[in-house]
Parts: sequence; C-alpha cells; structure tokens
Amino acid sequence: MTASNPEFEAELIRRIQAGERHLFHDLIRPCERAIYFLSLSLLHNETEAEDAAQETAIKVYRNLSNFRGDSQFRTWVLSIARNEGLGRLRKQGTRREESLDAGLDGETGDYTPAILTSWREIPSEALERKELGVLLRQAIERLPEIYRNVVLLRDIEEMDVRETATALGVTEGAVKVRLHRARAALQRDLAPRLKGFAPRRGGLFGWAK
Amino acid sequence: MRIDCQHVWEHISAYIDGEVDAKLRAEIDRHLETCELCSAVLDSTRNVVVLVADGRVFELPTGFSDRLHERLEKELELAES
Repeated sequence: MTASNPEFEAELIRRIQAGERHLFHDLIRPCERAIYFLSLSLLHNETEAEDAAQETAIKVYRNLSNFRGDSQFRTWVLSIARNEGLGRLRKQGTRREESLDAGLDGETGDYTPAILTSWREIPSEALERKELGVLLRQAIERLPEIYRNVVLLRDIEEMDVRETATALGVTEGAVKVRLHRARAALQRDLAPRLKGFAPRRGGLFGWAK
Repeated sequence: MRIDCQHVWEHISAYIDGEVDAKLRAEIDRHLETCELCSAVLDSTRNVVVLVADGRVFELPTGFSDRLHERLEKELELAES
C-alpha cells in the first residue's frame, strides 16, 4: 500500500480544482485497492463491489471541494466508499447494516486460541501455492462483517487505528477490540489448517530454523 | 505476580502491535520464556497476521484499474464540456 502523502495530495487537489482535472487519476490511484476491498467486504459480490468502487471514485471527484483536510484523504475516501456500500445494502433491502454496528463489541469475547505445542513459521514464499491464498481468503470471508472490515483496513491496507476508526465510523477502542477478536478468530481457524504449509526441517530453501 | 495464559491471550493483539505498556510487556515476556503454549499461540497469530497482509492474498480483479480509470475519464470529460 502506498503511504499517503498529505502535502502531495493537497497540491494535487489544488491543481485539480484549478482546472487540471486529469490529475484526479493520480490522486485516486493509491486508494483504489482499499476502496475495492472495503466495498467487497460489504457487498460480497465482485461485480457489485467493482461498480460501487467506480461510483465511489466518481463521488469523490464530484465532492472534492468538500474535503477539508481535517482527516487523511484516504480516510475520507473510504468513508464515502463505506456509505456507498451501505446505501446499496439498504437498497437491496438486506438491512445487513444493522448488524454491522450492533452489540458485538460489548459482548464478552471468546479469547481461547487454537492451542498448539509448537509453531513452525510459514514463510510468505508458501503463498506461491494457490491453496494457501484460498485458505486465507476463506478464513477472512468467514469472519463477522465488523471484524472483517477492521482486518481489511488495519492488517491488509495497513491503516492506523485512528484512520480505521474514522473510515468505519466507530471508536478507536472498538477498532482495537475488533482487531483482537478477528486475529484470535483467524488464528483459531487457520493455525490447525496451515501446519501443512510449514517447511520441512532442513528443507531445500533454508526456511527451517 | 505471575500472569496466566488467558491474560496473555487477551493482550496478544496489542502485544503484536507494540501497544502494551512496558510493565505488561515485561510480564508477558517473562511468561513466554517458560510457556511453550503461549509462545506457539503468539508465533502462529503473528504469522497469520503477516500472511493475511501479503498482497498476493487479495488481488484486484484483472483489468479493475483500467475500467475504473476509463469510467473516471468519461466523468472528467463530462465535467469539461
């Protein structure tokens, strides 16, 4: 993920508003991954998520003069993406958004992880094997919505707690609690399945410790 | 006071992010030195977090960016006229 650069963004926005409209492509490019995956996380449908992402980018362009710079540009963009996604859910009549913010944070969490006696690290090279990527994606898909969004923004898009909280419209405390529960759930779900991807001791690539 | 495993698990995410205070960090570290279970839980959680964050796990659909910028271009042209 490209780190955002407020000064560069402010300069681009100024020039876009002064008439160099084509520069909007450069402004939105670093955000497009996060926009798409946040939309996908809400809508669960690739075609719909892509359309929502395009619509978000257009709304960002049309409302650029409303961006005041009191949050990061990407945060502002993602709150627009989230509203776009929630608006679509509402239109579909699924009313899933009600469950998005309800209760869960207050409940006593189940912190019990998968208990292992030892763990041999799985190197990122193992991702060359397609099955590993599939396992990881499926595990994230299985997370409750409010946990999935937080993992997506914090761990996958590497946004900080504050930025994540602003984009999702929740408190920083809620982000931390959800992230903790999400990671615990992923560990519980994945650790037993991932063992097969660990390199054999003394393997060819020097992975073993 | 020696902290128990449950206590370590509750703080594992904050520990990974470096968000526990020095006192708690020291207590967790001391616990990890002698607890193989918690060490394995910590290592596996951290490993899962790293793997999930890998750009190869979530890839944009082929042509996503081209289609997005094409649609934007139309919008920009519209605004121009």
